[in-house]
Amino acid sequence: MAIDVRIPTILRSYTGGAKAVSGAGETLAALLSDLDGSYPGLRGRLITPEGGLHRFVNIYVNDEDVRFLGSLDAKVSDGDTVTILPAVAGGAFGLAAAAAVLGR
Amino acid sequence: MLTIQREIIEAIVAHARRDHPDEACGVVAGPIGSDTAVRHIPMENAERSTTFYRFDAGEQLRVWREMDDRDEEPVVIYHSHTATEPFPSRTDVSYAGEPDAHYLLVSTRDPQTAEIRSFRIVDGQVTEEPVRLVDESMQSMRSTEKSGDPHAVQSYMFGQSPTAVEYECQPQN
Repeated sequence: MAIDVRIPTILRSYTGGAKAVSGAGETLAALLSDLDGSYPGLRGRLITPEGGLHRFVNIYVNDEDVRFLGSLDAKVSDGDTVTILPAVAGGAFGLAAAAAVLGR
Repeated sequence: MLTIQREIIEAIVAHARRDHPDEACGVVAGPIGSDTAVRHIPMENAERSTTFYRFDAGEQLRVWREMDDRDEEPVVIYHSHTATEPFPSRTDVSYAGEPDAHYLLVSTRDPQTAEIRSFRIVDGQVTEEPVRLVDESMQSMRSTEKSGDPHAVQSYMFGQSPTAVEYECQPQN
């Protein structure tokens, strides 16, 4: 058993085009580190240099947004499905101003 | 070039008018690889803001899974700017995460004329493309006009065509 991880189109360049890959770990952070061993660079697109979850992606464990599950500390176990989607966001506001207002 | 049914554009503009002055957002799904926008899915703007939009993460997961089950992909991702031109902002470009999608922007700054432009956004590069409208069903269009939807837009202006083209859609009374 392993954890099934669904990869969005924009990150499939890291997985050789694969839509889904498998990994292991007890937390999301551990899983992403494990995946980075097989698919170097993937983790860097999901986690900021400061160590937080990147605001440009949504990650779900089964049906739940990990932001409600402790973010990178979210528990994962064999048989879970982790889905990565690009966050769809934007707007007329400048990014720096938006980030300041939204506290992200 | 984005080729899209006139009825879908009308529905997108009606959605943008309805949510004005907040930004509206959504998707038009179509079969994978077809580059054909078929199924209009208005999305919630989780930010409910006049200057920012974000798909609700839970709704997005449901919609993306549904597309997956139907062998569809997001052919068009749209949102409105409610006080500025329909051109991708730096925020739009930094978030653009679907390299195969047409990013459609609608400006509702003018109450009479909706401005509509379409872009490809790949690796931070923005490329504008023409929009071609096709009429799937003139009959259903007439019935829309007769219903007198108060949010129906009177005319459209497309940023890129051979030149700027205005499509008059005035109800014929």
